[in-house]
Amino acid sequence: MRVLSASRNGRLLPWLWFAGALVAAPWVFSGGAALSLLSQMGTMILLCLSCNLLLGEGGMLSFGHAVYSGLGAFGAAHLMNRIGEGALDFPVTLVPLAAGLVGAACGVVFGYPTTRRAGTTFAMITLGLVELVSAAVLMFPEIFGGEGGIATDRVAGAPVLGISYGPQLQVYYLIAGWLLVGAVALRALTGTPLGRMLNAVRDNPQRAAFVGYDPQRVRYLALILSAFFAGVAGGLSTINFEIVSAENVGAARSGEILLFTFIGGAAHFYGPILGGVVGVLFSSWLSGYTQAWHFYLGGFFILMVMAAPNGLAGLTDRLWRVWRARALNGALAVLLAAFALAGGLALAGVILATEMLYQLSLGSLAGIGDAVAPLRLWGLAFPLQTVWPWLIAGALTGVGVAAILRLRRAWRPLWSAAWRQVEAAEAAASHGRAT
Amino acid sequence: MEFALITLLNGLSYGFLLFMLSSGLTLIYSMMGVPNFAHASFYMLGAYVAYALSTVFGFWPALVGAPLLVGALGAAIEHAGLRVVHRYGHVPELLFTFGLSYVVAELVQLVWGRSPVPYRIPPGLEGTLFTLYSTAFPVYRGFMLAVAAVMFVAIWLLLRHTRIGLVIQAALTHPRMAEALGHDVPRVFMLVFGGGCALAALAGVIGGNAFVTEPGMARAVGSIIFVVVVVGGLGSLTGAFAVSLLIGLLQTVAVALDGSLGSLLAGWSVPLPSAGPLAALARVTLAQVAPMLPYLLLVVMLVVRPRGLMGTREG
Amino acid sequence: MSADPVLHLHGVHKAFGRTAVLRGVDLALRAGERCALIGPNGAGKSSLFNVISGVARADSGRVVLDSRDITRLPPQRINRLGLARSFQVSSLFPRLSAFDNVRCAVLWTLGYRYAFWRRLSRLRDAGERAHAVLARVGLQARARVPAGALSYAEQRALELAVTIAADAGVILLDEPTAGMSRSEAQAMVTLIREVTAGKTLLMVEHDMQVVFDLADRIAVMDEGRIVACDGVADIRANAAVQRLYLDRSRQA
Repeated sequence: MRVLSASRNGRLLPWLWFAGALVAAPWVFSGGAALSLLSQMGTMILLCLSCNLLLGEGGMLSFGHAVYSGLGAFGAAHLMNRIGEGALDFPVTLVPLAAGLVGAACGVVFGYPTTRRAGTTFAMITLGLVELVSAAVLMFPEIFGGEGGIATDRVAGAPVLGISYGPQLQVYYLIAGWLLVGAVALRALTGTPLGRMLNAVRDNPQRAAFVGYDPQRVRYLALILSAFFAGVAGGLSTINFEIVSAENVGAARSGEILLFTFIGGAAHFYGPILGGVVGVLFSSWLSGYTQAWHFYLGGFFILMVMAAPNGLAGLTDRLWRVWRARALNGALAVLLAAFALAGGLALAGVILATEMLYQLSLGSLAGIGDAVAPLRLWGLAFPLQTVWPWLIAGALTGVGVAAILRLRRAWRPLWSAAWRQVEAAEAAASHGRAT
Repeated sequence: MEFALITLLNGLSYGFLLFMLSSGLTLIYSMMGVPNFAHASFYMLGAYVAYALSTVFGFWPALVGAPLLVGALGAAIEHAGLRVVHRYGHVPELLFTFGLSYVVAELVQLVWGRSPVPYRIPPGLEGTLFTLYSTAFPVYRGFMLAVAAVMFVAIWLLLRHTRIGLVIQAALTHPRMAEALGHDVPRVFMLVFGGGCALAALAGVIGGNAFVTEPGMARAVGSIIFVVVVVGGLGSLTGAFAVSLLIGLLQTVAVALDGSLGSLLAGWSVPLPSAGPLAALARVTLAQVAPMLPYLLLVVMLVVRPRGLMGTREG
Repeated sequence: MSADPVLHLHGVHKAFGRTAVLRGVDLALRAGERCALIGPNGAGKSSLFNVISGVARADSGRVVLDSRDITRLPPQRINRLGLARSFQVSSLFPRLSAFDNVRCAVLWTLGYRYAFWRRLSRLRDAGERAHAVLARVGLQARARVPAGALSYAEQRALELAVTIAADAGVILLDEPTAGMSRSEAQAMVTLIREVTAGKTLLMVEHDMQVVFDLADRIAVMDEGRIVACDGVADIRANAAVQRLYLDRSRQA
């Protein structure tokens, strides 16, 4: 079966879009705050992509991913401090590579005992590992800086081609560059013998053994590779924030990475990209606007797990396939719009109620004691002591949820019909390609 | 001698509390096949709800009421949430409980604030039970031990010697067969989940005023109880009991002894480096290492014997 | 072709807890032989397969493949030495396409090991070999379908394809026609005969028609031992074997 050159260009196109988006992003979203967010997103995306090598491709749920990125980050900090002191002549641009090697080395050491088992046992071992490592990190303040961590300066060593990494824009492009390289490499990995056997081990370890492969060895190698890219992301984080601490190797950070990867969608390669973007939006952008961001993140996550276990990528993939098969008829589009509207109403009600509760209980971000002040939201003022804002919130939520429940009944047959069209169209297309 | 006794008693108290917490978890984990990351959150909820109830009704009604309320909440969550996610597989189930722990932590802070709440030992249980040499052993610790012991016996009797217990045991290991025999397995699961949450809440009621009741308390015990459950063996109450005591004693003794590797080696006249990484290693004290010991145990056990001390199957 | 047995079992014992499942199994297969393993349920046939292929470890006794002791080896090592097996319940990679399933089966023999620096799409020999095997079992039209989406008979065919893809010398088939209709079973028999030509075959089967069509020799297992092992005609005439089946059917 020959691979047509047209489909080869088809495979190149999304990468060109991706690279273009990375290059253009700072110009579309300009400003210091936006640039800082973009930099964080870049690092987080690479981290989630590396996590998904294990989760999506290998079926390995790891609670200890932050161990590799965190230790890589520490390595980067030490390296940059040596460069800054003049003891070492090494370009800052390649520091993420060194951090990746540190991560891979840790993968070699820690990976061996952890990958001896699979499934939930593996997950529990990684949980034990991350607790061990984060406790150990606090025990050696000479190496890990204790509670305060290790600070570093990214303007270290002589500038190369005028790039000193002082300005955030330069840091962003460094991150974007490494992200592109890492993403291409990770994608390429999935098309190698090891990558395919990793999928095989995920699907059926016993059969993988019976075609000659040691499932343990496959998982071990995958973990080392994943740890490498996690280390690179850790190094980028050190360059970006100029500080590393025990937080970077903790269970909380690991949990975050898992959360974001899953929200983005573990079953598609680009899922973690969406997950990284959304995750950073919640944790770094939304947190500037509301105290309740952690609650929203948790609630959003639970909603995703219950309604869309394939994540945002799963949703967009299905919609895209429906569109491509021209099955998106008028009725379906109207329903989708109605869903969006109902969802928006319910969301508005929930947000209103949550914000009011938070302000009442904990005071607004401006200061405690603001519990008696009205809530400022969406350009309106909602006095907390009266009853009508609560009624509005309740009404919005109630109407929205009721509408969603009603719409679901109409939705199901329409969606199944559309999906049957999609399957038929795709079967015909692949049959056409095969003949 | 005195030191050993007091350390022993303290270790046992901590161990019994851990057991109360992990008994529910080992049943739930065994049933779901997935770790329930929100278990410690129900522990926290138990403490907070008990605090709220005790300010209005007093401690003893809270002792009964809080576990019932939290257990009912747990059952509702299982019915409305977990059951939906269950059919997507293990990973979504696990992550659901993960997200749940986030949300519960936030809700607790929302209602009761970010600082610890003054949940106190009731006046009837204050004071000293007995004095050993010069150290007092509080009445409340004795109360904790008593409740934990009663709980263990009660659960054991329930599971082994009652009909509902038999059905639960069957449904835990062979849900489809139990269903084929006509038992309402989803309802059993809901009961077990609610029961497990109630047990965690009970631990919270007891432990919340002995230790501190604050929003971080779930995270503080969250990982340790997994060590207990996994090392003890899934579904094994005896295993959980043994490992809880082991960890309780291990940590208390390690903190109390507080020697360092360096001082030990110096005692044997071994020359020590004064600088460099080895020196740092030698300076590490047993008290510093204490928090790590349970996780070391976890990793070693999982690599060597994944079904734990007394479990009958792997996770 | 030497007269040494290519697969030789010496006094294999296996117990699960207190239940003895294999009580001293002796079996010798010569190269190119086709042997069917029959016996009542619970005789230990599947356990024997598991012990031979390394899924379970014998408590005592030896399993020798091509004069190499494989008793203590893990499944992947045994597979690399030239023994392949199929499963009674199709053991495939459900999320991979049929083509990928077979391609995975040939990667190790072609020497690609754990390579993560080579593109799968550029490995022509792997792709061509996979297509050839798919064509032999008649699945080339369904090459791109995920294995989990294939019909039952197609999955059994794919199971066979994955088993023979690496050109193993000794092939173990565990109830290859289980759950098939008569016509499907007949098609499968023809297929098996074609694709295992020249290979040594050990097969567990309940369908006696399949046994008579395929096997040169029949080994009869009962209660953890091989009670008879002979040519097809001799087994058919064997009074003890008849009694075994007759008694069982009377007790049932």
